Amino acid sequence: MIGSNLLRVASIATIATLAFGTTTANAQSLVINDEETMIIQAPAAAHLENLDEVFSGWNFRTVETQALQMDDFDNPGMIFVDQAMDQWNTVEGDAGESCASCHEGGTAEFAGLRPVLPRWDEEVGGIQSMEDYINKCRTERMQADAWKWSESKMTAMTALIGLESRGMPVNVVIDGPASEAWELGKEIYYTRVGQLDMSCANCHEDNYDTMIRADHLSQGQINGFPSYRLKNAKLNSIHNRFSGCMKNIRATPFKEGSDEFHALELYVASRGNGLSVEGASVRN
Amino acid sequence: MASGVKPRVKVPKTASAGDIITIKTLISHKMESGQRKDSDGNKIPQSIINTFTCDFNGQNVINVELHGAISTNPYFQFEATVPESGDFTFTWNDDDGSVYTETKSIAVG
Repeated sequence: MIGSNLLRVASIATIATLAFGTTTANAQSLVINDEETMIIQAPAAAHLENLDEVFSGWNFRTVETQALQMDDFDNPGMIFVDQAMDQWNTVEGDAGESCASCHEGGTAEFAGLRPVLPRWDEEVGGIQSMEDYINKCRTERMQADAWKWSESKMTAMTALIGLESRGMPVNVVIDGPASEAWELGKEIYYTRVGQLDMSCANCHEDNYDTMIRADHLSQGQINGFPSYRLKNAKLNSIHNRFSGCMKNIRATPFKEGSDEFHALELYVASRGNGLSVEGASVRN
Repeated sequence: MASGVKPRVKVPKTASAGDIITIKTLISHKMESGQRKDSDGNKIPQSIINTFTCDFNGQNVINVELHGAISTNPYFQFEATVPESGDFTFTWNDDDGSVYTETKSIAVG
């Protein structure tokens, strides 16, 4: 199913041993710092009717871009993780507290959180993303100003917290109280919108692993977010990426942090159930 | 001193005499181009890393001059031969006069 296009993205280590036309996606592997192996290919979850396998976006990038993510020193996204570590200990707000004041166990407390977000929150009565929880901490416990959804401090903090779960498979819950939002997300995913009259599925389900002019289409998985993109040299949030896609098809994007994007984030995350959280990934 | 500047260096901790080792360096730095204006319309003065050097036990290994149009967070990777144990000293000079340094030791055995 994955054709010869993926030959181009074989990792440096394996490219020499590949015979033309015989490759499969599992001929490559993403091992970070020579020790952490990521799951970049997995059988599709039962709720995914139209796909047999799911692939991390890493598979679809060039050899050079792939290599950047294989070493934390080379990964430019880690600069922002460093900044978030400083932010973690910074006291802000009227309560005179930093993240570290409450979370005495450090960021390690959050191991296992990234793979299950976004999730239904009984208290709020809605779907909550990591950004919501960070801002809740900031406004209620620290009594500081909320961050904007995609500002650099926010994406850096989500990267730092997400990094604790690197390598764990995405596993969002879609049934129970979350099912309503999941259905809404699915509807958004398959609805054609904008001047170009396209849905998410047109590119990322029907045509992944093909070229859309100069771009190699991925499955649009969000397991690697926040992503460092070479095109803008910073970390990008999931909602910001959704917004960018919608602009590309000349639609009016939903607002970052809106119910629609929460629903879409839940649905798209569920499409990637089984793939590893990649912390701060590197994409083009 | 510009904000958010943090040098990072990766040097192997040990090597054999005469080994060629790979050194990776990265400094997080805005590399303010001098072309931008602030919200009041005033020009933001240029502030970039203008030189980068690496010395090993006082002997120069690499000396790099940087000019405009080099993007943020400049990254250098180069190779060096290590004849003996010692210290690598890395120095970045900023247009605003700041000097950032970092030292890494390597044991040759």
